[in-house]
Amino acid sequence: MKNEWPLWEIFIRGQHGMSHRHVGSLHAPDAAMAIKNARDVYTRRNEGVSIWVVEANNIAASSPSDKGPLYEPSESKVYRHPTFFDIPDEVGAM
Amino acid sequence: MAAAPTQDEALLQFLLRMGDNTLILGHRVSEWCGHAPVLEEDIALANTALDLIGQTQMWLGLAAEVQGEGKSADDLAFLRDAWDFRNVLLVEVPNGDFGRTLMRQFLFDAWHSIQLGHLMKSTNERVAAIAAKASKEVAYHLERSADTVVGLGDGTAESNTRMQEALDYLWPYVGEMFASDEVDAEMAKAGIAPDPASLRADFDALATRVLKEATLTIPDSSFGHKGGRNGKMHTEHLGHLLTQMQWLQRAYPGAKW
Repeated sequence: MKNEWPLWEIFIRGQHGMSHRHVGSLHAPDAAMAIKNARDVYTRRNEGVSIWVVEANNIAASSPSDKGPLYEPSESKVYRHPTFFDIPDEVGAM
Repeated sequence: MAAAPTQDEALLQFLLRMGDNTLILGHRVSEWCGHAPVLEEDIALANTALDLIGQTQMWLGLAAEVQGEGKSADDLAFLRDAWDFRNVLLVEVPNGDFGRTLMRQFLFDAWHSIQLGHLMKSTNERVAAIAAKASKEVAYHLERSADTVVGLGDGTAESNTRMQEALDYLWPYVGEMFASDEVDAEMAKAGIAPDPASLRADFDALATRVLKEATLTIPDSSFGHKGGRNGKMHTEHLGHLLTQMQWLQRAYPGAKW
């Protein structure tokens, strides 16, 4: 029998943040308790306004050994960076 | 028989009862710091303890003002002896195992949340303001302790047995939270606080729902320990707790940091 609680990855959206950010991981018996534990472990200094939890084994990750084929081809393609445009202030956060 | 308390005397007693409950339970819960079964629970319990100590500063701070002897919340917390404390016996009993600690927390949180709901409508603005601030913290305490009681009660055979033992041990301490006396009568008359007895039905409904979900059986006994909230007879455990909590101010009077 497995006695360990599953591992959960915790994502928190900060006071002024536009998106949830990964802040760490913790153990909990289920999703509801994972949110409670995240509240206690990661928001005690008023860090967040929203919490997502994902059981760690549900996350599919790219393999570090694929780094070359996955990312290197884009290194030489500066034209993909639209740095030549002035963005009007009215657009707000993008 | 002593004369009925004046409203100020009754208010002081009421504030001591609120502040001593949170102080003594806060200290008890803090005893788990560094000892809880898992890191997440350790932090959660420490947060709860800190919330309770924070509430204590507000209740005892107001109590010291009402008392009008130039004392502070710290003076009341660290320089009174056992017979001056007005907390219910439930909060001073030793932690026992993790299950018993969480069962005690649930029973107290259930009463506390109902009590604060009423106090938010208090005719005394200071009392209403403290209750409003504390109620958000306590709503979370209740959610967490209720979930844990259900998780452990409706868990393994061993956790169920331990939770039933915890409930059997603690149930006789529940009644004191709803015992009314002349202090309560004065507070109810002034619209400052509800008559404790009037909270029992809401408490029973809440406790029954959660404990049933936890597959636990509420003991069929109306026997109740009492003597804490009027200071007549605390358990032997309070003195030991105070010895630890107060030793620094006793050994080094006025020490600050």
